[in-house]
Amino acid sequence: MSTTVVHEIPTTPEVARANAFKRTVLAVGVQNLSLILAIAVLVVAIGSQNSAFFLTSNLKTIGTAVTISGLLALVQTVVIIMGGIDLAVGSIAGLASVTSAMIFTSAGSSASFFGALAIGAVCGLVSGCIVVFGRVTPMIATLAGLIAFKGVAQLVSNGRAQGYTGADPFYVFLARGSIIGIPTLIWVLVLMALLIHFVLRYTRVGRNIYAVGGNDTAARLSGININRYILGVFILAGTVAALAGILITARTGSGQPVSGSEGLEFQSITAAALGGVALRGGKGSIGGTILAVILLGVLLNGMSLLGVNPFWQNVAQGTLLVAAVIIQQLRNGERRVGLPK
Amino acid sequence: MTRSDDWPRASLNARGITKNFTGVRALAGVDLDLPTGKVTALMGENGAGKSTLLKILSGDYQPDEGTIEIGGKAVTFATPFDSRAAGLRVIAQEPEIVPFVSVAENIYVGALPGSRGIVSQRQLQDRARADLERFGFERFLDPATRGIDLSPAQRQMVEIVRALIGDPQVICFDEPTSSLSDSETGVLFDLIVRLRDEGRAVGYVSHRMREIFQIADTVTILRDGRLIGSREIRDTSVGEVVRMMVGRDLSTMFERNRHELGEVALELEAVSTDDVTDISLTVRRGEVVALAGLVGAGRTELALAIAGDRPVTAGTIKVHGVAQRFRSPADSIAAGIGLAPEERKADALIMVRSVRDNIALAVLGGLSRFGVVDRRKERQLAEKYIAQLRIRTPSMAQLMQNLSGGNQQKVVLARWLAKATDVLILDEPTRGVDVGAKAEIYAIVDELAANGVAVLVISSELPEVLGLADRIIVMQEGRVTGELTHAEATEERILTLAIADHFSAEGVQP
Ligand SMILES: Nc1ncnc2c1ncn2[C@@H]1O[C@H](COP(=O)(O)OP(=O)(O)OP(=O)(O)O)[C@@H](O)[C@H]1O
Ligand SMILES: [Mg+2]
Repeated sequence: MSTTVVHEIPTTPEVARANAFKRTVLAVGVQNLSLILAIAVLVVAIGSQNSAFFLTSNLKTIGTAVTISGLLALVQTVVIIMGGIDLAVGSIAGLASVTSAMIFTSAGSSASFFGALAIGAVCGLVSGCIVVFGRVTPMIATLAGLIAFKGVAQLVSNGRAQGYTGADPFYVFLARGSIIGIPTLIWVLVLMALLIHFVLRYTRVGRNIYAVGGNDTAARLSGININRYILGVFILAGTVAALAGILITARTGSGQPVSGSEGLEFQSITAAALGGVALRGGKGSIGGTILAVILLGVLLNGMSLLGVNPFWQNVAQGTLLVAAVIIQQLRNGERRVGLPK
Repeated sequence: MTRSDDWPRASLNARGITKNFTGVRALAGVDLDLPTGKVTALMGENGAGKSTLLKILSGDYQPDEGTIEIGGKAVTFATPFDSRAAGLRVIAQEPEIVPFVSVAENIYVGALPGSRGIVSQRQLQDRARADLERFGFERFLDPATRGIDLSPAQRQMVEIVRALIGDPQVICFDEPTSSLSDSETGVLFDLIVRLRDEGRAVGYVSHRMREIFQIADTVTILRDGRLIGSREIRDTSVGEVVRMMVGRDLSTMFERNRHELGEVALELEAVSTDDVTDISLTVRRGEVVALAGLVGAGRTELALAIAGDRPVTAGTIKVHGVAQRFRSPADSIAAGIGLAPEERKADALIMVRSVRDNIALAVLGGLSRFGVVDRRKERQLAEKYIAQLRIRTPSMAQLMQNLSGGNQQKVVLARWLAKATDVLILDEPTRGVDVGAKAEIYAIVDELAANGVAVLVISSELPEVLGLADRIIVMQEGRVTGELTHAEATEERILTLAIADHFSAEGVQP
């Protein structure tokens, strides 16, 4: 009659208490807990040096500052979970920014909004097609995109900022408006995060994205049309990158081909990796990425509040990234042999 | 044990080995002796702790408690490197092979021959050839083949050669034959006998009783991470070993119920792919057809073609009488064909996801409403199959990579049982599965057939083929060489069909 014997470690009261603790830790995830801890330490450290940090206005500043890079981090998370990477998101944001301003000048705000999103979707489709039908790895295909889409943005704009959206109510609302006291920008990020979290966690599509990233052969042999998923995820990444580009336009009041979007692709990868998304695919969550986005936002804000030379910001981000991944790998018990997995 | 004085060889004695993983006690105070000049078999159900014990010996895991002595000297292994330096070598259940380099480079990985940092390919190939000959594998392995092109059996051989060139004192095999055909197993056994006669201590894990009684001197049995006992092979019986393993009597004999056969569910008419030629066969509803043959006969390739994952270059596949053109596995599944693939790690399982996710993978559509997965239904499904197949896991949320090999295999089966297709292809369904679970899987196949499913089983284990199939189709080098009914089939007849032509054509004596 012995069926599935589950051998639990013998339970005494202390062990039970330890187990309850362990279970909570496991539920939130060690990764997320360490991020929360890091944020807490930073907040205390910065707040004790400069109490202006805790002002509502400053918290809003942090929130709005992270929105654009945060959006890209969200879709980067999805791409990496699926086993890919998208280096082109920054350039797509730049292209969407200039084109949104240019369409705005000739056709008004709603046409510019949807037009720019469509351009982002097409860019994503192009990347996806190169990957799927050209059999080029995502790294190379989107590196080409990083270069080429930036080139297109500079071509159409002659390398200069375009248009002026600073007087349009829609763009003003995006950049400086608020709903029940919370800036629109933060709403955009929060809603997008909730949406993607829901899709990844609770829907069939999300579960299949994890499957494709975890083992694409297994996914294919289980009847998942993996090409469709790859194309779909790159299109999503392009579209959300374009949304970020529109927000750049809104914040600066004009379309920016390069400035404001350059380097965002690396920030987004940094956030995803910090958040515990495995670069091999199949593993990770939106929650972790959002915590990482907050951590980076607090860090950068704190450094500028404390008057640290802004060039140190890049050094700090790089250091944080390496430290986080090293800790992660050591915790996984990865053996120190050969190229890491 | 008296012979140990004659050789400058070292035995291995482990005492009180304990190992816990989160929520799982894998080993609880286990003793293991591997004396020199003996083959010691290690047996136990799936998840009993055999691989964990060997991974502690190889230095991959550190024990929570316990001591290891080699030749009377206490040793501790912080890394696999320490273990090898102490003269111990464990051949893993799933060897790591570098995909895009040659067999030769795979063999000497980490110790490439050459001078001043320059590797001479010629020298490398020659040495590999010599070493392959020394261990009797030259017939099966070409040193120039790339890692990615190797069959599971060949990968296993690469791993064995890798281990032996280090001249280990103690050598352990973890289910080495689960991917080998009979002739390859023969070669391996000759080798093991030689290693034993050279006075080395050999440890051997397998679920195949026949092999244990053929090759081992002693058998040590684990159950639920505990040592149950050891027996000299000549003093014990299959019945006793099984009883010690599962803790109760268990009939290892399996009798199929023969059913009335229905109409033809799957029909192949002169199907050819890049790997197989002119294959015609039928499987009826309620019928179990076995594809027998040597490893490399093209059975897996044929299965993949039926499953829509390899292009069919000529001929037609019909399902329920309708000709099909599959462009992807999704098409084949939609037509009612399921395939549980042979290579669980590479082709079937998502190691970084949970047991539940893996079981539900192919049926998420049916578990969803408006695209949202019904988690309660999903849990119930996972619970059902974990119980039915006795998948040993602390919870359904456990990551796949933490399950023992045999339990991983059961998850692959569970996925396809859950999918409930009209035609089910099982490629080596009991690979690495313990005796008790094997009997259960056979019973499940029998029940599937009773319910009108058409089952095509690929198996290299002849007793399994004979016990399970209504009809046996034998393949050799991509072609069908014969067909036997259950009544006329014997091991000899199958083997003859599987190898005869090949050897007579080349004038080689088997
Ligand atoms: N890394 C791990 N994390 C958590 N649990 C583990 C891990 N490795 C093994 N286990 C658990 O330890 C137990 C023993 O596993 P082990 O692989 O040693 O079994 P085994 O006897 O080799 O079984 P099989 O015959 O199926 O290969 C199993 O219950 C397994 O789920
Ligand atoms: Mg094992």
